[in-house]
Amino acid sequence: MKLQGVDPIWALEQRAKAVRKHVLTMISHAQVGHPGGSLSCVDLLVALYFAVLRIDPRQPSCLERDQLILSKGHAATALYATLAERGFFPLEWLATFGKINSALQVHPDRNKVPGVDASTGALGQGLSIGLGVSLAASLDQRDSRIFVLLGDGELQEGQIWEAAMACSHYKVDNLVAIVDLNQVQLTGPVSTVMGIQPLPSKFKSFGWNVLEIDGHQFPQILEATGAAKSCRGKPTVIIARTVKGKGCSFMENKSEWHGRAPTSDELCQALAELDRD
Amino acid sequence: MTAIRDAFGKALVELGGKNDQVVVLDADLGSSTRADLFAKTFPERFFQMGIAEQNMMGVAAGLALSGKIPFVTSFATFVTKRACDQVAISIAYPNLNVKIIGAYTGLFSGHTGATHQAIEDISIMRGIPNIVIIDPADAEEMRQAVPVIADYRGPVYLRETRDEWPDIFGADYQFAIGKSTTIIEGQDASIIACGVMTSESIRAAAMLAKQGIKAQVINMSTIKPIDRQAIVTAAQQTGIIITAENHSIFGGLGSAVAEVLVEELPCWMRRVGIPDVFGESGSNQELMEKYGLSAKHIAEVVMHTIKKGR
Repeated sequence: MKLQGVDPIWALEQRAKAVRKHVLTMISHAQVGHPGGSLSCVDLLVALYFAVLRIDPRQPSCLERDQLILSKGHAATALYATLAERGFFPLEWLATFGKINSALQVHPDRNKVPGVDASTGALGQGLSIGLGVSLAASLDQRDSRIFVLLGDGELQEGQIWEAAMACSHYKVDNLVAIVDLNQVQLTGPVSTVMGIQPLPSKFKSFGWNVLEIDGHQFPQILEATGAAKSCRGKPTVIIARTVKGKGCSFMENKSEWHGRAPTSDELCQALAELDRD
Repeated sequence: MTAIRDAFGKALVELGGKNDQVVVLDADLGSSTRADLFAKTFPERFFQMGIAEQNMMGVAAGLALSGKIPFVTSFATFVTKRACDQVAISIAYPNLNVKIIGAYTGLFSGHTGATHQAIEDISIMRGIPNIVIIDPADAEEMRQAVPVIADYRGPVYLRETRDEWPDIFGADYQFAIGKSTTIIEGQDASIIACGVMTSESIRAAAMLAKQGIKAQVINMSTIKPIDRQAIVTAAQQTGIIITAENHSIFGGLGSAVAEVLVEELPCWMRRVGIPDVFGESGSNQELMEKYGLSAKHIAEVVMHTIKKGR
């Protein structure tokens, strides 16, 4: 999406601000959801859906499309808001999030929401699904790219490392894993709950091309996704340093905001902060 | 006598020749499951996933999302237990077109013992929505089931027995998902069986016939969705139902039949199956005798139940 005469990075930042407002509003209205880990990956999702992925919101199931598998399914609000902003479904749907009979489940259901590529929420499963999609694309000689967004706490799941081994074994260079390294999980810092570092050397030893970026800097995100494309014969992981609760001062880096919904007063404060920036 | 796993392996190769969307995944057991026949014939559509069943299920889900028809093969105990959440959430919840093949079913695991026996696989899979469950009775039914489940759109769990068992069906038989078959008619009792226990039940019916008891034998190869009408009709006709399965008496065929009867037409019923214990190493014959799966045991249960019902 190119807007004439507008700085594309500025446009992405504005879009991310709109998505953050949707995320906070959805969670506050539903009084359910995961604000911390949704806000940390907003910039990554906005960059992908507005500047990287080859997609057509009018044809959400087109086999030729690029795909994003949100392995950290609890960040569903960030995905929904990004998809709605990108035109996959009406923005009005967002108000139904988490309510009975809504298409917008607290964790995403691909059969209910246009643009959601995989049903996720049980952590650890998305990278394997991404590998399957990637192998099918190679088998059918499609040049689709498959992105898998992983949480950092999620990397504690053993299946992730089974999949990491297999991605490398099959030399899938159409697959890019992105780690949303916000360093905080439900009950505390990742490093105290169950340390996952040193992450770059872990992935390197599994045969991956490793890139490290600031996950809130659009130029770095775009440069890394471009660099991943030119790396052949192995999968790429982008380790994106992020801030849990990014954009909301009282949520940032706090594990209690992993799964707590803001009150209406807190929502007002958060929205005002985003408007000020 | 034909080894059911051999029938599976050949049927899979035949299917692969007709449908290029079929892909096969293996967790280093292809020589046991006979998936290796497919690997030799269609190497480009065979994915060796190593000893990592959870990842294998997710990869199958991804392949299915892209229009492939993945057959995921390993031992029944591993595909249902080791990778249970992946089966439920990556495959069954989004209702993906993945065929899960569980080999070495029940007690019959080639002497390997409790770690490799699957005595609760049906129970686990029955609890997960969207999954069709099939336990073929012989090589012919297995041969026919493979293309049928490929044509069916949605997740299927197919039990694959390891060894040679008597041939029951001829080429004129027509397997259909959800349809049971009455193999022997009889008005004194109904034996409803699945998998290789169907052939034991046929032998049991012959033993009973010698004592003047006419038992009908129904092959209930689809355990989910179960053929409710056939169960109700059998209860109406005989008033005595015995189930026989190479599986725990909890949560498998016996439970499924009991659920139908208790809602539709309660009658005298007994379940033949593995009691609530883990198995052990031993030959199929020894295991059948020790754990009460043999034709002789089925016949005894039928007689006992008829006496009680009178």
